[in-house]
Amino acid sequence: MSVKTAAKKNSPIRLGAGDKVFYTINTIFLALMALIVLYPLYFIVIASISDPDAVLGGRVVLYPVQLTLDGFRKILERADIWRGYLNTIIYTLLTVVLSLVVTIPAGWALSRRTLPGKKAFMIYFIIPMFFGGGLIPFYNVMSSLGLVNTMWSIVLPSILSVWNLFMTKTFFESSIPDGLIEAAKIDGAGEYRVFTSLVLPLSKAILAVMALYYAIGQWNSYFNAMIFLQDETMYPLQLVLKEILIASESTVGGSGETILEQFRLANQIKYVSVIVSSVPVLLLYPFVQKYFSQGVMIGSLKG
Amino acid sequence: MQFWPLMKNTFLLCIIGFVIGFPLPIIISLMLNAMKSKKMSKVLQTIFNGPHFISLVVLVGMLTLFFGRYGLVNNIAAHFGGERVSYFLESSAFRPLYILSSNWQDFGWSAIIYIAALSNVDLGQHEAAILDGASRFQRVIHVDLPAIMPMISVMLIMSIGGLMGVGYEKALLMQTDGNLGVSELIATYVYKQGLTGVPNQSYATAIGLFNSVINVVLLIIANTTSKKFSENSLW
Repeated sequence: MSVKTAAKKNSPIRLGAGDKVFYTINTIFLALMALIVLYPLYFIVIASISDPDAVLGGRVVLYPVQLTLDGFRKILERADIWRGYLNTIIYTLLTVVLSLVVTIPAGWALSRRTLPGKKAFMIYFIIPMFFGGGLIPFYNVMSSLGLVNTMWSIVLPSILSVWNLFMTKTFFESSIPDGLIEAAKIDGAGEYRVFTSLVLPLSKAILAVMALYYAIGQWNSYFNAMIFLQDETMYPLQLVLKEILIASESTVGGSGETILEQFRLANQIKYVSVIVSSVPVLLLYPFVQKYFSQGVMIGSLKG
Repeated sequence: MQFWPLMKNTFLLCIIGFVIGFPLPIIISLMLNAMKSKKMSKVLQTIFNGPHFISLVVLVGMLTLFFGRYGLVNNIAAHFGGERVSYFLESSAFRPLYILSSNWQDFGWSAIIYIAALSNVDLGQHEAAILDGASRFQRVIHVDLPAIMPMISVMLIMSIGGLMGVGYEKALLMQTDGNLGVSELIATYVYKQGLTGVPNQSYATAIGLFNSVINVVLLIIANTTSKKFSENSLW
């Protein structure tokens, strides 16, 4: 811990004994929390590269036992996972592009005080944040539109999140000065020109945040796919994972021997598939995390 | 299933989840903010935020791997001579598993908003408190906490408004025949009644709507109360 630098900045006065105790307890507690967060993730990694028998026998706790990459070899042969991967990538890319096309202009419009009927629009958007028609009407609407069992049933419902819209609106309100817009208009720029040539280039931060939010949301979702898709070849990755990771748990019955055998075979695949499916998100995470937190902070400016 | 047990399950899961899940991020943000090393605080934040990006399917999958009959927890228990328990088939384990895993996943993420608010605390107040001989802990209680109170009340109203809208997507994934008695929520029941087996859509829609109405009523009550006792409200 770099006690020196921080102490210099924060407290011009020498630490009392009570403060030392406080700092120590504080650090120990937070370090414990970090351990609780990290250990399960670490365990998944070591379990995936250990011998499945060692994992089931409880011999893998702190480090991998009998290193093997069999799990990863097996998962390369799983056509359903890779098809799910491809589907998810397609759905995610479509969602991101369409959601930006919808969210950014809507957020810009709502952020302008000159928007006619602004209050009515705001109420219109706020209502579904707290009050929805419910699952069945949602399904019936999608069904009446003929979207069930098409990829649009996955993409279209995800392209506007009111939370994200309001975050965008708050960003525009706080970071694009009115004077700038007026100056551009005096120079003869129309509304569209102002938006495309002036506002968009100044909004890279919010574009990045929104793209990431929508992408993560779509990458991780399974529910819409579960209710709308019947065709297995269209399943996104999460739905394939659901079958691998979860379906088996509740159906397991019978004698101890068969359960054990079943687990032996399936277990390693489970650990490996957790890793394979989370790698893109977790690899990206350290680089984009500042954007994510920026997003939360933009959203909190108002509060 | 009858309506009232569903209501009870939904309500209990939400209330217990709220009682644990609401204060935790506040405490964590205060602790992170009070760390001497800002660099270490940043590193910890990065670690704490990580699980937020794990999908529900993977999270529940991890739960089954850790708490299944031959999972790590049972292996450790068995090592010390304990009985193996299929936590996923035990109804008494459903709520703890659900709530603890939700907190594991999101406490860091929920703390961000408070950390942002804490970074705006007036340093002059801290200096004045130091001159008055306040310890760091006293400053957390009397300077930091009051500074984020407005944010806390806004978040409180929001979470009360969304109280009955628990993550049914996760509950659905965690359901087994064994724990159905406590894991069946209004929303999961609506899904099963309305969209699986022989659909009974009008009944399902009706209870779904009822759930929404409760939510709005809760939101209005929370907002009005907050308006009365403090300056903070959503509208």
